[in-house]
Amino acid sequence: MNKTFEPVLIGFTCNWCSYRAADLAGTSRTKYPPNIRLVRLMCSGRLDPTFVLKALAEGADGVLITGCHPGECHYLEQNYKALRRYHLLRRTLQSLGIEPERVKLVWASASEGLQLAEAIREFTEEIRTLGPLRWNAQAELRSEEVPLEAVP
Amino acid sequence: MNAATSDSPRIGVYVCHCGSNIAHMVDVEEVRAWAEETLKGEGVVVARDYKFMCSSLGQELIQKDIRELGLNRIVVAACSPHLHEKTFRAACEKAGLNGYLCELVSIREHASWVHTDKAAATEKSKMIVAGGVKRVRYDEPLDPLRVPIHKRTLVVGGGIAGIQTALEIANAGYPVYLVEREASIGGHMAQFDKTFPTLDCAACILTPKMVDAGEHPNITLLTWSEVTRVEGSLGNFQVTIRKKARHVVEDLCTGCGICTEKCPKKVLDTVFEAGLGYRKAIYTPFPQSVPKYPVIDVENCTYFVKGKCKACQIFCPTGAIDFEQEDEETTVEVGNIILATGFQTFDPRRIPQYGYGRLANVFTSLEFERMSNAAGPTGGEIVLRDGKTKPQSVAIVHCVGSRDRRYNNYCSVICCMQSLKFAHLVKERTGAEVYNFYIDMRTAYKGYDEFYQRVLSEGVNLVRGKVAEITDAARLPGEEGKLIVQVEDTLAGRQRRIPVDMVILSVGLEPRKDAYETAKLFGISCSANGWYTEKHPKLDPVATMTEGIFIAGACQGPKDIPTSVAQGAAAAARVLGHIQAGEMSMEPIRASVDEARCSGCRICNGLCPFNAISFHDDRRVTEINPALCQGCGTCVAACPAGAISGTGFSDAQVMAQIEGLLWDVRV
Repeated sequence: MNKTFEPVLIGFTCNWCSYRAADLAGTSRTKYPPNIRLVRLMCSGRLDPTFVLKALAEGADGVLITGCHPGECHYLEQNYKALRRYHLLRRTLQSLGIEPERVKLVWASASEGLQLAEAIREFTEEIRTLGPLRWNAQAELRSEEVPLEAVP
Repeated sequence: MNAATSDSPRIGVYVCHCGSNIAHMVDVEEVRAWAEETLKGEGVVVARDYKFMCSSLGQELIQKDIRELGLNRIVVAACSPHLHEKTFRAACEKAGLNGYLCELVSIREHASWVHTDKAAATEKSKMIVAGGVKRVRYDEPLDPLRVPIHKRTLVVGGGIAGIQTALEIANAGYPVYLVEREASIGGHMAQFDKTFPTLDCAACILTPKMVDAGEHPNITLLTWSEVTRVEGSLGNFQVTIRKKARHVVEDLCTGCGICTEKCPKKVLDTVFEAGLGYRKAIYTPFPQSVPKYPVIDVENCTYFVKGKCKACQIFCPTGAIDFEQEDEETTVEVGNIILATGFQTFDPRRIPQYGYGRLANVFTSLEFERMSNAAGPTGGEIVLRDGKTKPQSVAIVHCVGSRDRRYNNYCSVICCMQSLKFAHLVKERTGAEVYNFYIDMRTAYKGYDEFYQRVLSEGVNLVRGKVAEITDAARLPGEEGKLIVQVEDTLAGRQRRIPVDMVILSVGLEPRKDAYETAKLFGISCSANGWYTEKHPKLDPVATMTEGIFIAGACQGPKDIPTSVAQGAAAAARVLGHIQAGEMSMEPIRASVDEARCSGCRICNGLCPFNAISFHDDRRVTEINPALCQGCGTCVAACPAGAISGTGFSDAQVMAQIEGLLWDVRV
């Protein structure tokens, strides 16, 4: 059994672009690490920042937000709203004492299966380097019960 | 948290093997057992696995459980919802369960196909199932929205694909607007001389169709026009079309052509004649243009430039010339839209070593098409740039700008056959020595390889190798005054220098330079190369991800005439299906405001690009118009009071799914 820290990641995807990019990565058998678990939304604009906080609070070590490239939003311009919220959210995280790097926004169109897989691989490594988040004391306790060996 | 979980959830979990597609990388039995045991507390009553859940036997399994075990929620762990969500919803409906109480979660595209560690993929699949189970508890029964379909259709682009589309729909008895930006319909095909592999003349087979389209009582032809605005959605689009000023009154013009004859201004025709010939400042692109009405090119017209001339107006026997005419905008209502906006050819100036634009006798394929056309600038004579000398030897270079990482990495499909056609025409008309330079010979359709065999038997020299350079710098005897093609002959295994009089570059096909803007205008997407993206590359090649918008012809990717025609007809069939059904169902994903919770803060008011949100000053609350709402959910995410809920993607559903996905690490 590999004892290195395996981050748990949540990925929010847009129904029209990045979710389909993830489908395409699958169809074309592009490989990426299994650490990410995807949630489908209709648009990155649907991403309530509390979803991200919820994911981090429930034990995720990082959250990847994905959406259509600027100018390509299925709903015209809602990805720009996601972009604004993303910047605010990163500031909020910082003030909460959480590394803002734990939340990342990438654009991926429906045809960019390869690029999305690459972004997921990159993000997984970034969070692996950052280490576990351990949002609350409960998590701390749990990590004592089940020691995470070789945590960097 | 808006929606409360249902009475008492009785959930069935169904894990699909998908043959070995899922089972080879995910321990399906383990996922099933885990779900049945661990998710009992979440309301899971039964969990089963099956070889193919989407098969009728798999569906019957679900239906039987719904009836016999009284299931009120279903989670299927299989492929992407974009593939089989409809299948499983329909299966549930048949057993009396609302289809929206079924969640399809993907453990194939998002697990088995993308991971290489079976233990990890199995663990991830369990979490995906848990996410589905948690989420499905908050699913609400919904009914699809029924949208009436307007009987009119808009076809954009009057090339062969667009003409075919318009004719198919019009012949079925429904009205069509056919919009074309140039002065005549016909597109690229009208420029060609012969068509491969049968060598029938392009005009002979195209112009009857153009006339049919022009005269059809169900087709409203809008040439010299462009779409400027698109609003609405499937069933009811409002499309604004700008009719550019022709400066010719269509009701008065008889198409006699006297104006063109009398116009003193000659202009290089870079569109139809590909820069090889001239037209007048008042012109129809070609003699068989449909419609027959000419247009005035205001940038070159002597009257518009210098303020005097008016020769056309003086000589027009019906007084049809109107210098004061202005652009007009009209808005039409249509139920469906088909884009057939075509392609442009690769500009070979981007490959300087091929010398196009610098070496006079290097031609593009489009120039050669015009040259070999009997109605073209040389009257069908194949001659050098001087307009009189017949070439003794001709080189034809395949794959110019195609299959090349520096330019376009894709195959342009038509160039091999087009180049072989050129070889045949040159041979037939000039008897010149012909060399074709190819990377791979691609002649894969009905009658195509036979044509290749025929050209081979005509004595054309085929050299397998990518041309490195075309130069006029003579080095060896016999090269003076010639164009020298430098190439590695990969079959002979040596470098060759072949002197010729004329070079034809078979340039590849590219998306139109404004294809991206057009895609944005209509709300569809482009592939990385810029071609319009179809809904499914194999099984839905003419639909797009935007309901009610279809694509046909080369705007979807390089293709030849038979395929463009087939796609045009296919798109028409899809639209006719919509029209005949009278109404279509749409996903009921819409946002709505709970007025009791709305504080009237108006934060959401500026967020909707579809103007679906309005504020009632009297009641101090916001309202969302469900007819305009497209369901993106941006306002739902923005509401600080949680007063806006989004069906299908409510806060409760998403939050629950997150909890499920993090089942193993939650504390």
